[in-house]
Amino acid sequence: MVAIIDYGVGNLFSLQCSLKKIGADAIVTKDPEIIKSADRIILPGVGAFGDASKKLYDSGLVELITQQANSGKPFLGICLGMQLLFEKGFEYGEHKGLGFLKGSVIPLEERIDPSLQIPHMGWNALDFKGESPLFKYINDGDFVYFVHSYYATDCEDSVIATSEYSIPVTAAVGKGNIFGCQFHPEKSGDVGMNILKAFCELGD
Amino acid sequence: MITKRIIPCLDVRNGTVVKGTNFKDLNEISSPVELAEYYSSHGADELVFYDITASSDGRKLFTDILTETASKVFIPLTVGGGINTLDDFDRVLKCGADKVSVNSGAIRNPSLIKQAAQKYGDQCVVLSVDIKRVDGQFRVFAKGGREDTGLDALQWIKQGVENGAGEIVVNSIDTDGVKQGFDIEMLKAVCEIVNVPVIASGGAGCKEDFVDLFNEVPEITAGLAASIFHYGEVTIDDLKKTLTENNITVRV
Repeated sequence: MVAIIDYGVGNLFSLQCSLKKIGADAIVTKDPEIIKSADRIILPGVGAFGDASKKLYDSGLVELITQQANSGKPFLGICLGMQLLFEKGFEYGEHKGLGFLKGSVIPLEERIDPSLQIPHMGWNALDFKGESPLFKYINDGDFVYFVHSYYATDCEDSVIATSEYSIPVTAAVGKGNIFGCQFHPEKSGDVGMNILKAFCELGD
Repeated sequence: MITKRIIPCLDVRNGTVVKGTNFKDLNEISSPVELAEYYSSHGADELVFYDITASSDGRKLFTDILTETASKVFIPLTVGGGINTLDDFDRVLKCGADKVSVNSGAIRNPSLIKQAAQKYGDQCVVLSVDIKRVDGQFRVFAKGGREDTGLDALQWIKQGVENGAGEIVVNSIDTDGVKQGFDIEMLKAVCEIVNVPVIASGGAGCKEDFVDLFNEVPEITAGLAASIFHYGEVTIDDLKKTLTENNITVRV
């Protein structure tokens, strides 16, 4: 069973439907017992880093989530959920992340060509930076759907794919049992579905 | 780099997809759910659903169809039509929409854009504008293109972006349904004043019209069309092949 952590951010309808489509048994939950009994955990998220970080800490689930992540259970952060895996985020001030991965989250605006539009929104190609079990069913150069204005940096030890937006933007990360996608696999057609499928087979 | 997007638009009335010429003489053509699934598996980068129903029964039917589509189609979904309040945003987002397009509702209540952008984020708010030339000016039309609001379209769009619209759909009434190509002049004028994605709508008649669009207005991020796709005059796979041959980057 996959536990999708419910801490009051964003719409989880599409994510639930896409997991259902690949035959995964998924539950949106904040119940500690269900989270403990899950085989895999997905941390979703949309909105601003500070607001989401606060909601996550206020939910009282951080200790449990950390313990679960340390237990070796496959763990996937999506979009803002991926950004929260890092040590800190700089979206309207400095905020604390979960610190599962080394790195921080900064505005794209500070690094990209100023003529480019923000958010980085639309379909962009994945540029693999290493091998990952998450990519079992997809290919280097496959397109995925992004919507974000901030990105993870100083995360060389976990980045597994980038996408070109005048700079290489961190697109996916993976280290041990911890994974993250900046893009939305649940909105990335067959490619996204195949990433979720690979994640749901981890640890089998 | 971000690819140019090809977006089929589905006008939905009483549970079926319709498309008319110059917004009149609507012909009913197909089931929205089936059509959405077809497009999604044949290269569409995004789908737009416009609810053109007036009755509350029709609205219920629309949200049911939207929910069914969103549970089967895993590409971004934009929904417009009848969006007048934050509750309307909430209603369609809960059915699985990713972005919400406002048009007449924002004309009646200009603070709607700001409120929605603050609540759901700029990326969620699409400002759709129906524009027609009147006395040498680009004029905003309301109520599905039937009513001249007197508003200057460029001013209106600029204000919309300042208020938080994350994307603009420019629908030229002058070229809509005529199939003689997109309204390049109008689109250039809009791209000059904003730095958010602009989607071109109205006028696509053949593949070459999309090539001309992206070549002549490089800032345009997406082309939207309905009838040429619905009637199978142009397939999206074929269109993308032509765009690739013309060095325009698309998702294949």
